[in-house]
Amino acid sequence: MKPRQKRFVFIAVAVAALAVVVGLVLNALENNVSLYFTPTQVFNNEAPHGRSFRIGGLVQEGSVKREADGLTVNFVITDKHKSIPVVFKGILPDLFTEGKGVVAQGRVEADGVMRADEVLAKHDENYMPPEAADALKKAESANASAAAADPASAPAATAAK
Amino acid sequence: MAINWFKYSAPTTFYGLAGKLIPWFAISSAILFVVGLYIGFAVAPADYQQGEFYRIIFIHVPSSILSMFLYLVMAGYAALGLIFNTRLSAMMATAIAPTGALFAFISLWTGALWGKPMWGAWWVWDARLTSELILLFLYLGFIALHASIDDPRRADRASALLAIVGSVNVPIIYFSVKWWNTLHQGSTIKFSGTSMHVAMQQAMFITLAACWLYAIAVVLARVRSIILERERNTTWITELPEVRS
Repeated sequence: MKPRQKRFVFIAVAVAALAVVVGLVLNALENNVSLYFTPTQVFNNEAPHGRSFRIGGLVQEGSVKREADGLTVNFVITDKHKSIPVVFKGILPDLFTEGKGVVAQGRVEADGVMRADEVLAKHDENYMPPEAADALKKAESANASAAAADPASAPAATAAK
Repeated sequence: MAINWFKYSAPTTFYGLAGKLIPWFAISSAILFVVGLYIGFAVAPADYQQGEFYRIIFIHVPSSILSMFLYLVMAGYAALGLIFNTRLSAMMATAIAPTGALFAFISLWTGALWGKPMWGAWWVWDARLTSELILLFLYLGFIALHASIDDPRRADRASALLAIVGSVNVPIIYFSVKWWNTLHQGSTIKFSGTSMHVAMQQAMFITLAACWLYAIAVVLARVRSIILERERNTTWITELPEVRS
């Protein structure tokens, strides 16, 4: 082998070995690298006990209730499988909406309610104008009702999408 | 008919070629910036969730993509320099580093400005943000290491090693939103298509192209001054009209 081929092989092998090492380390760190636990993970006892951690999921539709003091908010975080109620006293981020992503940090008390001291909004990867979002929503609900009652309106609903 | 690529790996020929190319890249970059930002701010509609705030993507997304891609290009040049012992490859790697660092910084900075009103936090230690911060440190480390060794050839070799080792970080940044739970949202541009309105997409891809052309123009300009500096004792440099006058 020429010296330059030797150097090439050396670099290729070194990078490959390094990638494997980093891959194994990251794999071992898996839960520590993740920013939050899902409600299902909490129910499976994968979340830490007795200390503060983050739960992430969607804000359950219809679950947001404000208390009389105007600051305390109750809502439920769900991953459509399990859900955990959250109490938070403070200012919510602009993107916080029912049905959208949220990450709350706090302790889960013995009664199964998380007392959060920080609530962050997590938004999705879809970008569209409000009209398009409305049309999508209408099409979805039309589809749902069409599936339930009237199959004839289904083609119109998909056309609106 | 084969083009002799090695001809352009000599600083002598590349210096002139780069000088001729720079204006083309610079001008087309400026035009695309104006067009892209016009579409982005005047034509593209507001987002259904984020309102006007989403317009950060016209600078945030291109700079993030470029910060990652430029790192791979830099590491590629560094590897070429180590393997073939060519002078120009190492000079190109050195020339790319400051631009890459700039894009990484813009990406983190604009992201923080957007994060406060949207997420409710300037910064979170999630996998995407942390690995991008490490990328910025890798760029800065590369620049610092290169500057700290006086002999340029030894500096090239040492910093090339750092660049190659650091390239492991780039796929981690890219896949971080897939592998772990992060606050940062998943990729909008996927190989299977994008989940984005057409005018928003156009504006983003045009500013991405503009950032590309800007990066090429700036790197070529920087590599020309590196060539001048490192080859200053050669006769072809002393015979250059811009040096003689």
